Amino acid sequence: MIIRRRPAAALLGTLAALSIFGAPPAHADETTPQEPPNVELVDETTPKEPPKVELVLDISGSMRARDIEGHSRISVLQQAFNEVLDALPAEAQVGIRVLGATYPGNVKAVGCRDTQLLVPIGPIDKLEAKTAVATLRPTGFTPVGLALRAAARDLGTGETTRRIVLITDGEDTCAPPDPCEVARELAAQGTHLVVDTLGLTLNDKVRRQLTCIASATGGTYTAVTSKTQLTNRINQLVDRAATTYTQTPAQVDGTDNCTRAPLLSPGAYTDREQFQEHRWYRVQVRDGQELRASVSVSLDRALNRDYGVLLRAVSQDGRELVRGTDAGSGRTDVLSTGLRWSAERKAPDQTVCLVVSNSFSSPTATTAATPGMPLELTVDVVDSSPAPNGPDLGRGWGLLGLLALAGLVSGLVFGWLARWRVAIWMEN
Amino acid sequence: MRTTSLRCCAGALSAAAAALLLSAGPAAADTALPSPSPSESLAPVTTAGSSFLTGTAVQPGQPVQLAGSTGDYLYWSFTSEAGQTNKIAITVTLPPAASRHGRSSWAVDVFDGLRRRQACTAGAQTPTAAARAASVTLGCTLRQVRAWAEPWSGDPLPGTYYVRLAVTELPEQDLGLPMQVAMRITAHDSDDIQPEGGELKTPLTQPVAAGTVLTSAPPVAAEEEKDTGWSWDWLPDLSARWAWTAVGGAIAAVTGVGGYSLTRHPRRRRPEPDGFNRL
Repeated sequence: MIIRRRPAAALLGTLAALSIFGAPPAHADETTPQEPPNVELVDETTPKEPPKVELVLDISGSMRARDIEGHSRISVLQQAFNEVLDALPAEAQVGIRVLGATYPGNVKAVGCRDTQLLVPIGPIDKLEAKTAVATLRPTGFTPVGLALRAAARDLGTGETTRRIVLITDGEDTCAPPDPCEVARELAAQGTHLVVDTLGLTLNDKVRRQLTCIASATGGTYTAVTSKTQLTNRINQLVDRAATTYTQTPAQVDGTDNCTRAPLLSPGAYTDREQFQEHRWYRVQVRDGQELRASVSVSLDRALNRDYGVLLRAVSQDGRELVRGTDAGSGRTDVLSTGLRWSAERKAPDQTVCLVVSNSFSSPTATTAATPGMPLELTVDVVDSSPAPNGPDLGRGWGLLGLLALAGLVSGLVFGWLARWRVAIWMEN
Repeated sequence: MRTTSLRCCAGALSAAAAALLLSAGPAAADTALPSPSPSESLAPVTTAGSSFLTGTAVQPGQPVQLAGSTGDYLYWSFTSEAGQTNKIAITVTLPPAASRHGRSSWAVDVFDGLRRRQACTAGAQTPTAAARAASVTLGCTLRQVRAWAEPWSGDPLPGTYYVRLAVTELPEQDLGLPMQVAMRITAHDSDDIQPEGGELKTPLTQPVAAGTVLTSAPPVAAEEEKDTGWSWDWLPDLSARWAWTAVGGAIAAVTGVGGYSLTRHPRRRRPEPDGFNRL
């Protein structure tokens, strides 16, 4: 009896132990608890300098028109500005530039140089700024291109992205320089300049010009139809400058072949690429490491309907390792793709070349080919993730059922065998 | 004596079954319940970025509400983990029909951490709004995030995901008009993570800090801890399969004993001659 009871007790104990550690298979499968998104945005890195915004206001004669909810454009702008200035965070670095505010005459040569910095960029004195804006009277011409250049000069150069908010009601009456060309030229200078435009009229020409300026610099265009909309939009744009990234990608110049290509460390980079151009970069990848790269090409000008971008990783001897590609058609802001690559185990360290090419084309020969289109490249080198081994054991309720059945059947068979043997033994 | 041993085994069996059920219970309950929705506690997001680098970070369940202009490219980013299936639902309230000039096509594009386009398995990804429509609804259900994938594949992996909302086709006169956007990202967790045992060492999240152009290859970091001679690598990982198999073995043993006992006919239950016990 004692002999019999002990195995049963042992069995019980084993089962209990197993069920404690073993039976929660579903638990064992669970991954680590969810962490809050550690999405890379800002905040971790303290900005070296505060983000800067310059508001460029059109005070030309046409601002007298009373067509926004029955009020004149200038009064709507001034009222909106009062609210915007009230809502500005204390640390905001905002400047205000006006155009067409002082020269009332008809001489174009003079009127087209009419732009002044009303409030210099820096911590803003709200009362002073309000007074300055309130006393503005619609006066002269609309030298948008010139004002943009001046605004870019006011903002200077530096690490962080600079935003210009251009508020105007009329097309540039002073071209050349064509404001859109100016915008593209400023964007190409690598000063990380974004121009957001607000149109105070639904005029077709104004809209085309402003959308052109916005898309050339990666900014936005808004058609203002009410005072609330204007206020909210300016607030949103100023906020966007403050809350979005403060670290802009490093400038790099890709070359036309691998051997002379710049050697990149992990990080974000910008470059420019022309139509049909190939740009090469190099990255050092060691044994047991994985290369990750992504590229985005911004569509900053009018292009033919269909286009594509291709990113390839090529070994030093010209062998393609992996490619990432994307294509599209129609309206979009950026076309992007990426790739991952890791060498086989125990491969020697090697330098991998990255080449970016595109299939963009221009509908007209006049669309300037230079400067190239903005290209953003991010590179990372991380530990490679080896392929998981195939499962070596079973799992699931089906397995348990099968094992139980197998146990039962073998128990029965042994039992019958034993009975049969006992019967025979007893007969003899 | 026989009776006792039979009862013993039956007891062991039922105890084992009970233990199994008990311990499996919470796990089953875990999977049955929807993932805790933190939407109540999360403040709504009222901003959107204008590029990959500036995309506003959103948590699953967090509502997004903002005003924008038609023609804006709005970017958000969220983090997803292995086993999750993410669903994006967007409603765009269009500008007043009186100020519009025709129909417009909208698109929600989802990209992974390497800015590779991700496929939607369900949802209206590129709907067209009629000229008189007041709003348009977009949706995208992503594939289940895998724990590991070959570098050459485009399968969804843990890490950052980017959502871009934009109008892809509209009359040029309709650019810049005011619109309202409402978005919600939901995450559905699953225990069945594929491939089993796979692990991505680093989540798919690209650096945003500016890089530096190197003039020469960086020196190789000194090899830390070379072979120390002894390691536990040969031990298999204690995965869930070991638990299932071990429990299965135990149950097989119990049912085996049970089956063996069943074959003892009650008629024969009498004291056996000495010696049988020791067989």
